[in-house]
Amino acid sequence: MKFNLNLNPNFLNPEKLEKKSSRDGAGLGVLELGRKESKVVVVTTDVAGSTRANLFAKEFPQRFIQLGVAEQNAIGVCAGLAYQGLIPYYFVYSVFGIGRNWEPIRTLLAYPKNKVRIIASHAGLATGPDGATHQMTEDFALMRVLPNFTVISPADFQEAQKAVKAVVDLPGPVYLRLSRADFPVFTNEKTPFEVGKILELKSGQDLTIIATGSVVYNALLAAFELEKKKISARVLNCHTIKPLDTKAILKAARETKRLVVVEDHQKAAGLGGAVAELVSQHYPVPLLFLGIPDCFGESGKMEELYRLFGLDKEGIFQAVKDWFLKIKR
Amino acid sequence: MPNPYNYSIKELEKKANEIRQDLIKMLVAAGSGHSAGSLGMADIFAAFYFRLLNYKVENPLWPKRDRLILSNGHICPVRYVAMIHAGLIEKKYLLQLRKLGSPLQGHPHYLDIRALETSSGPLGEGLSQAVGMALAARIKGEELDYYIYCLMSDGEQQEGMTWEAAMAAGKYKLGNLIGIIDRNNIQIDGYTEEVMPLEPLKAKYEAFGWHVLEMNGHNFSDIIDQVEEAKAIQAKPVLIIAHTIPGKGVSFMERRYEWHGVPPGEGPSNLVAKQEQAKVALKELRTLGGAIEEGE
Repeated sequence: MKFNLNLNPNFLNPEKLEKKSSRDGAGLGVLELGRKESKVVVVTTDVAGSTRANLFAKEFPQRFIQLGVAEQNAIGVCAGLAYQGLIPYYFVYSVFGIGRNWEPIRTLLAYPKNKVRIIASHAGLATGPDGATHQMTEDFALMRVLPNFTVISPADFQEAQKAVKAVVDLPGPVYLRLSRADFPVFTNEKTPFEVGKILELKSGQDLTIIATGSVVYNALLAAFELEKKKISARVLNCHTIKPLDTKAILKAARETKRLVVVEDHQKAAGLGGAVAELVSQHYPVPLLFLGIPDCFGESGKMEELYRLFGLDKEGIFQAVKDWFLKIKR
Repeated sequence: MPNPYNYSIKELEKKANEIRQDLIKMLVAAGSGHSAGSLGMADIFAAFYFRLLNYKVENPLWPKRDRLILSNGHICPVRYVAMIHAGLIEKKYLLQLRKLGSPLQGHPHYLDIRALETSSGPLGEGLSQAVGMALAARIKGEELDYYIYCLMSDGEQQEGMTWEAAMAAGKYKLGNLIGIIDRNNIQIDGYTEEVMPLEPLKAKYEAFGWHVLEMNGHNFSDIIDQVEEAKAIQAKPVLIIAHTIPGKGVSFMERRYEWHGVPPGEGPSNLVAKQEQAKVALKELRTLGGAIEEGE
């Protein structure tokens, strides 16, 4: 068994890992970026504190724009800033930032290829106690269908910090998805991160688990449990939803013959949909989608909700094992 | 830095008439497009491109140019024609509006023509972008280098996003931002005050922290005076309510909302038969409403 050694040395032991949210990583990342790149401007709509944009605001008040509770205007303002050569980072909650704003995003960012970065916290069931109104579980579907967009979903605090910096010079608009909850930081400063390039976390021959965002770590732990049952699962961290790393996914399809997609998102039209669109045309293999089954979430802790929806280590392990044993015959 | 043409009022009146005639030809060739609002704004576009706006024909993206944002993208035909006359778009495209492969999209697209400044069409989105541009000018220390003009329709004042932007402009006291509303009182389904009343528009903008002026959008000396006054006010954003006549210059189109979204040849036929509409419109424009003998 091979696995990526550039992870936190304690990565198999969640109790020993520090717990931090990816929104914290993004807040820190944009602060560091702001020190190097004077074109970076931070925009927010009354969520500077909870999205961690306040770190940047404190150090660079001249490059911080507070627009109040008015998300549509924020997209237009960001477009205006980008037309003038600045690089706006818009810190917002996912459901308001893109759910309310899809058409302005389409017209003002995607169509003219404006370099705006939407840094969206509170995505997925990981939003937790706020409940279904705030748990954005349809964002991959909304954003990956837009031409010219890059869509990124970091796996933890460290990766979020890297991603915020890595997208600064990309040519078009970017959607970056973050989580509110604290969860184990299993990567470290040295773990590679390249936009559009899948990171293999663990090798395997029997099947491949393709995971993204806040469930990657659970998928990795589940894969080690599967190993104990003599099921060899490759694990891929697919942090870039668009452009999809088609090479790594088709390679996995050819080599392991079975793909599982795990995401804190509706099973429909998310990463699972993207993978299905790819392999069904080029190398059809059996697929299993683990995600949200066409329903809304509810209030609860992230861990409780992941248990309820089968997105914790146990749930992923059980579902993959049952599926594998069923289709192997 | 002056306007490259700096026309006199007499020259502007002549230019606006030429723009109207070419606009009719453009819309007829396209077979679809918005007549009423385009004709109504011909004088204001002539005033901007041939007197008020600072820009360079040979360098349309000159960093210190005034920015002219068209929020209600559907009246782009009149902007295209004005830009063709000003030398910012090649003349060969005059009859290429809405044609496959043409840069003159049915609603304006920035990546096809950068001098348009933005892509637009969905209503209520221009003012936010103008606010963003004005904030960028402040951040970059360019606030005194140029003005940002945002042309809007009156109908799109019904969009919530417009008021979010108005609030932000008031908060940041954006002194180099000048909004202009084409107050022609019509929208596609009828008269604005019947579809969704906008008045008191002046008081609303004042309450949002703007200085508000009004002008006759067909009187060049008033247009120039009010825009110059707006430029002189630096303490807050300025809105100019431009009172215009939709369809201005073509008698059978004037003030009729039925002409909002159709070209000559497709409009209501109770006054002029469809097949005669373009011909009659051009004749009226050439002869200033029949006041002079037609030469041709």
